[in-house]
Amino acid sequence: MAANIKPRVKVPGTAKAGEAITIKTLISHPMESGQRKDRKTGELIPRKIINKFVATFNGELAFSADLLPAVAANPYIEFVVAVPESGIMRFEWTDDDGSVYDIEKKITVA
Amino acid sequence: MKTLVALSLAATLALSAGQAFAGEDSELVIDGETFVTKLDAPADSPLAEIISGWRFRSNETQELQTDDFENPAMIFAEYGEELWSRVDGAEGKSCADCHGDASESMKGLRASMPKWHEGKATLFTLEDHINWSREEHQKAEPWKWESQEMLAMTSYIGLQSRGMPVNVATDGPVAEWYEKGKELYYTRVGQLDMACANCHETNYGNMIRADHLSQGQTNGFPVYRMKWQGMGSIHRRFKGCMDNIRATPYKRGSDEFTALELYLASRGQGLSVETPSLRN
Repeated sequence: MAANIKPRVKVPGTAKAGEAITIKTLISHPMESGQRKDRKTGELIPRKIINKFVATFNGELAFSADLLPAVAANPYIEFVVAVPESGIMRFEWTDDDGSVYDIEKKITVA
Repeated sequence: MKTLVALSLAATLALSAGQAFAGEDSELVIDGETFVTKLDAPADSPLAEIISGWRFRSNETQELQTDDFENPAMIFAEYGEELWSRVDGAEGKSCADCHGDASESMKGLRASMPKWHEGKATLFTLEDHINWSREEHQKAEPWKWESQEMLAMTSYIGLQSRGMPVNVATDGPVAEWYEKGKELYYTRVGQLDMACANCHETNYGNMIRADHLSQGQTNGFPVYRMKWQGMGSIHRRFKGCMDNIRATPYKRGSDEFTALELYLASRGQGLSVETPSLRN
């Protein structure tokens, strides 16, 4: 796990209409499962995972995934999508504590 | 017209166990640069060929290291870059204040570690160097060996030597350390009565239960290990090996582990530095 939670995405800046493009995402996150105990105190370490990932394009749902405690730290999600026109791809990761980490990328359809 | 189609999904959950070892013949290429992961050993080497741990991993794991975006170890290198220019300690200085651009000042350092330190008249690992500089020049608290900060910094400094051949000095003042490391490598210890050589010299390429034994090369450290879900130092790996053979491990940063680190690096002379690498 890294010290800070930071989302990263790799999106092609330009695409052809309807062409399949690969989107890569990675967020640094401990994905604490809630099953482990603190070695010193014996207390259960509270669960803290990214439980939902959503990608929208111009406000419309493009891709989403529910993540569960078995997913490893620093989850990497890759998907393929076809965009019909230029617009903004928005990515959101929802944490157990309610925080949402987001990032936006512009895709120009030539 | 506004319909979006999600065509396929490939979520890497870092859970899949490798099964095929076809990867032993693959070449490691990152950003068009081919890395030396296999070379003929010199005549005086106990090994016939020197092979990077990367070659012993499954295709899936190997592939992750070929793309800096997919390689989770780069998260740490990125954090190290942040720390490089962050002011710390009583002197109010950052690493960058003295060392400037790491891509120039730190280039090649990782490839020559561990290395003799004149001032302290002892053998220094990269971690020792960083903490010495923190205490001496920044007047800052030393980082713990396995702390996120230390791992981030060793990853970032190591990255500046990526692709360069491992080239450690084993003569002069460090000759004694080299001999000590060699002795440790061949000494059987623990309840299972095993030496490093029993697995990593005579049995590399074979399976030890579910693990594909490598030569125990150090050219990729610190590594992001899937099992650890994070980064680990060379000394953490040593400790893990010693635990596995039911020996009492030496401490991280101990003279024993530092000597062993030098000896192991010397067995991998010529391999490309892969820091920060990815293993399962």
